[in-house]
Amino acid sequence: MSGKIETMSARYRWTVASRVAAAALGGYALTSAATVVLTLLWPLPKAQALLAASMLSFVLYTIVVLWAFHCRSLRRVWTVMALGTAMLALAAWSLGAGGAA
Amino acid sequence: MKETLRQTAAWLHTWVGLVAGWLLFFVFVTGTAGYFEREITRWMQPERPLEIAPPAFEPAALATLAMNRLEQVAPVAASWSITLPHQDGSKRAWTDFSIRWEEMPQPGHSFGASTRERLDPATGAVLPPEAEPRETSGGFGLYRMHYQLHYLPYQWAIRIVGIATMLMLLAIVSGVITHKKIIRDFFTFRPGKGQRSWLDAHNAVSVMALPFFLMITYTGLVFFLFEYMPAGRDVLYGTGDANADVYYEELYGDHEHAAISRPAASIAPLITQAEKAWGKGNLAGIAVERHPGEPAEIVLSRVASGIEYYSPAQLHFNADTGARLPDEPREGGTALATAEVMYALHEGQFVNIGGRWLYFAAGLLGCGMIGTGLSLWASKRRRRHLSEGREADEHFGIRLVEILNVATIAGLPLAVAGFFWANRLLPVEMTDRAAWEFHCLFAVWLGTLFYALGRPLRQAWSELLWATSGAFALIPIVNALTTDRHLGVTIAHGDWALAGFDLTMLGLGAAFGLTARKVTTRLRPQTPPAEAAIPSPLPSTLKESRA
Repeated sequence: MSGKIETMSARYRWTVASRVAAAALGGYALTSAATVVLTLLWPLPKAQALLAASMLSFVLYTIVVLWAFHCRSLRRVWTVMALGTAMLALAAWSLGAGGAA
Repeated sequence: MKETLRQTAAWLHTWVGLVAGWLLFFVFVTGTAGYFEREITRWMQPERPLEIAPPAFEPAALATLAMNRLEQVAPVAASWSITLPHQDGSKRAWTDFSIRWEEMPQPGHSFGASTRERLDPATGAVLPPEAEPRETSGGFGLYRMHYQLHYLPYQWAIRIVGIATMLMLLAIVSGVITHKKIIRDFFTFRPGKGQRSWLDAHNAVSVMALPFFLMITYTGLVFFLFEYMPAGRDVLYGTGDANADVYYEELYGDHEHAAISRPAASIAPLITQAEKAWGKGNLAGIAVERHPGEPAEIVLSRVASGIEYYSPAQLHFNADTGARLPDEPREGGTALATAEVMYALHEGQFVNIGGRWLYFAAGLLGCGMIGTGLSLWASKRRRRHLSEGREADEHFGIRLVEILNVATIAGLPLAVAGFFWANRLLPVEMTDRAAWEFHCLFAVWLGTLFYALGRPLRQAWSELLWATSGAFALIPIVNALTTDRHLGVTIAHGDWALAGFDLTMLGLGAAFGLTARKVTTRLRPQTPPAEAAIPSPLPSTLKESRA
């Protein structure tokens, strides 16, 4: 917003592109993994827990994307997305996901 | 991006809104029309009879007629169901007296073939199918485009709309964060101040129906839940249709049916009980079915209404003895109940006519929110561009947005009017007539894009808005010239669904006319530069906008 459109450097454009990718794709991966963990933790019959957790996922995705654009450090955004997804996936695996797949 | 949350949210709001804006405008226009989908379809099929209430009837007598017919055509079946003449909670239209039966499924299938027949309420005789009206896409076609677009494979289209919807959710949340003084901003309007007026209008329109926008966006995502967020189901149930079926069976309960035949219990006392519980006229239908290993049941269902539109109340009886059975526990628990409330809220099927107009108005405000937002983007940047003294050096991005804005905001409504014209003017016997109604819509829309490219921006706005106004206002006249379902007939018969369509078209014509007049005066080039201190951005903006 602040910079003039015409004076934006190529470097700035790449940073924005990277941040958009981190927010959209990284955020989606993180949200997906969190949805699986939430389903496994929710004390409801499996099908209902899945429906409840999946319906909530868009709230989570919104928050993650807002944070991704707010966080100062782009490196930090990517780290959180990657590590967070990995850790949640690990948690899902240890909670017994994939048994039915 | 080393800024406060409010600043980053404002940045996000601006760009997310721009990227998704035009598609969302299309979704809002077609979705808003969808709130009157049935009425639009009726108007687009003028061959159908005028709406009349069925003569008074005795539910028990109709139930007996229906069972006689069912026993004749399907003595043994997976299920029988009888629909009594009724209006749902919205009181929009009558549902006819009809029966349906499901044959026992073939081995390896969960459902058997299902057949429906309309019956004469007086004699129980099978009625021939209704007179075939002209082929039309109807209101349903218009409504369906708000999630499956057109000319695109379904799976692509719903994902494109899904991404736009997610961007809309982000735009709404970031838009709210941006506003420190959301209440004060709501009451602020500074007319005649160019960009600031656009901002005030955008704020007012957006806040006015904010709960509706949040609701409609979020529930829209929930409609395609596992297309948009498949991770949980893919991991826990596996991918593919067969696994999805396992999930739905767990959620909704087993569909399995054992064979039934005509119940021994007399139906009349059961109907009396239902009428006692729900009041007369609130019985929508009767079903006979049987879970494996249990006695057959007669299930009486209440008319769909209110927030439980998708799972109306039921009474269960033993089909052999007529004894009342305990209510079946609702499948799916709170999670499914929540999802069903979300579907009901999104579609608004349950509201009465006043509520329907409120939905329609909120949808129009949504179009207004998106339209003012897009105009604000262009007006702000055009002013900055000019204030930097760069009139000669055309900015491709700003010009592109300006053209897409006119072609979308003024052009799409014109195209929708063209869709209705096509319904009346295309030859009735034309092959692929329904598809051609859509081709007309998109041809007009494409035409407005070329028009916007070829005319100076100011003229493009004003001329396209005038054309839209005229196109809507003339629809009742075209209707009167081509059918006998015009205002003179429909008002006289009190058929307010059909009359309401024509009257709404006149209303839209008037609204676009007012907008056109306003825009024409506002955008008229002024004699500069007396008011250079506070440049009114729109006129100066648009004057030079043609490269």
